[in-house]
Amino acid sequence: MVRVRLRVDPIKCKAHGMCGELFPERIRMDDWGYPVIDPRALSDDVLEHARRAIDDCPRAALWVEPVDEPGARVRPDDSD
Amino acid sequence: MDVGSTAQRLLPARPVPEDLDAHLAGFGPRAHLEPGAMLDALDASGLRGRGGADFPTGVKWRAVRDHTKRGGDAVVVANAAECEPASFKDRFLLTYRPHLVLDGLECAAETVGARRVVIYTTKSHSDVEAALRAAIRERRRRADSDRFIDVVVGPNRYVAGEETALVSRVSGHLAKPKVVPPRPFQSGVDRLPTLVQNVETLAHAALIARFGAPWFRSVGTERSPGTALLTVSGAVRTPGVLEAACDTTVGAIVDRAGGVDGEPATVLLGGYFGRWVLAERIWNNTIDALSLQSVGASLGTGVLVVATATTCGISETDRVLTFLAGQTAGQCGPCHVGLPAIAETFHKVATGRARPAAIDLLVRWSHDVRGRGACRHPDGAMLFLASAMDVFAADLRHHLKNGSCRFSGQRPLLPIPTTEAGWW
Repeated sequence: MVRVRLRVDPIKCKAHGMCGELFPERIRMDDWGYPVIDPRALSDDVLEHARRAIDDCPRAALWVEPVDEPGARVRPDDSD
Repeated sequence: MDVGSTAQRLLPARPVPEDLDAHLAGFGPRAHLEPGAMLDALDASGLRGRGGADFPTGVKWRAVRDHTKRGGDAVVVANAAECEPASFKDRFLLTYRPHLVLDGLECAAETVGARRVVIYTTKSHSDVEAALRAAIRERRRRADSDRFIDVVVGPNRYVAGEETALVSRVSGHLAKPKVVPPRPFQSGVDRLPTLVQNVETLAHAALIARFGAPWFRSVGTERSPGTALLTVSGAVRTPGVLEAACDTTVGAIVDRAGGVDGEPATVLLGGYFGRWVLAERIWNNTIDALSLQSVGASLGTGVLVVATATTCGISETDRVLTFLAGQTAGQCGPCHVGLPAIAETFHKVATGRARPAAIDLLVRWSHDVRGRGACRHPDGAMLFLASAMDVFAADLRHHLKNGSCRFSGQRPLLPIPTTEAGWW
């Protein structure tokens, strides 16, 4: 099975804050109300909450991508 | 011309702009390599991008070519935006050796199979734009160029030279960054595979096509072969652009810029996405990537600003941070909300109008916004801030308590350009 991680499109995101309430295991809010997403792969036990956060985002700003997606980056220090 | 014997490869011996005649007299006609041979030469040369990312050029060209084979067409864009305020090297190169860059651009187009060839600059560089248009006309008249090279001019904004912003502008939209993937090599200008390459890198590629990878590697280091263009400024006696092999020490480079007027205390390396480093920690290090990495720095866009003990690092950082906060594209919350909050808080600390806890807040926020924009604007700005808070830690506490220091009122060292409100 493909391992996936959650990502947010920071351009679409307008800090509604739904995701942080629906998926607190992996999403915390920064001081301005924008989500900070845990970059680790999603384990089976949290997939249901991830799906809920994705479906309920009013800006449709969340998605999952394979962990080894070329061009994906988690931290700024990742090689470009 | 015995180009290989010196570390002066990209810049002419005398500062006279070279027209096509002079260029051909010095270098001969452009080399025409088979795409495979050119890619192999780039890989063997170890050339890396000189726009700041230091990414292997061969890998980048190959990625575009691989995508082109599937789709049929591609686009190549020479990035001459040079939005880094303290950098002049790209404009310098384009002014004195425009044809070397255009050779590299045509070579890139040939190699990746691009029909559309563009050179991208910004509104503030109108002199460069004129020089480029003249050079392109010259080539067309003489049929030395088999391709039409288009000039696109973007806005004076710090992020307008970022790859995806450039792609957006060349596609006819606003020069704002986009979320990746897809990266430009996958889907760039008009959704075609697109190679975006800094102009200095293209000039090096043109020389590699002519003289080969072993020649390119004959100066520099294993990790950073060849030469690099540097913009040296600050407290040096003769600031300007110079070319140095990548095994040259920072101290030797500063000597070539006339030496320091005073005692060197700190160096800003890499531009406004770069880092402040104590002069004594870096003076005897070469500009090779691994050597700079060992002191937590990188060459970035080749900017080297020397400051003395009479420079107020806090005021300098304050002004640059405010500039960077004003240069966000206004798209991503952590950047366009976060950076102004951080810059304001830093300004309060710098002017003694904050509580001590503000310093901890700055540290936390600066970690928080990293990696959370579509582009790396917040990341770069925070690297700059973090290095300043490290190198000028004692000064920051002094400012917090006293609101200023003996040197805060001095003439600024770091330039803040005038920019415009528009994005097109």
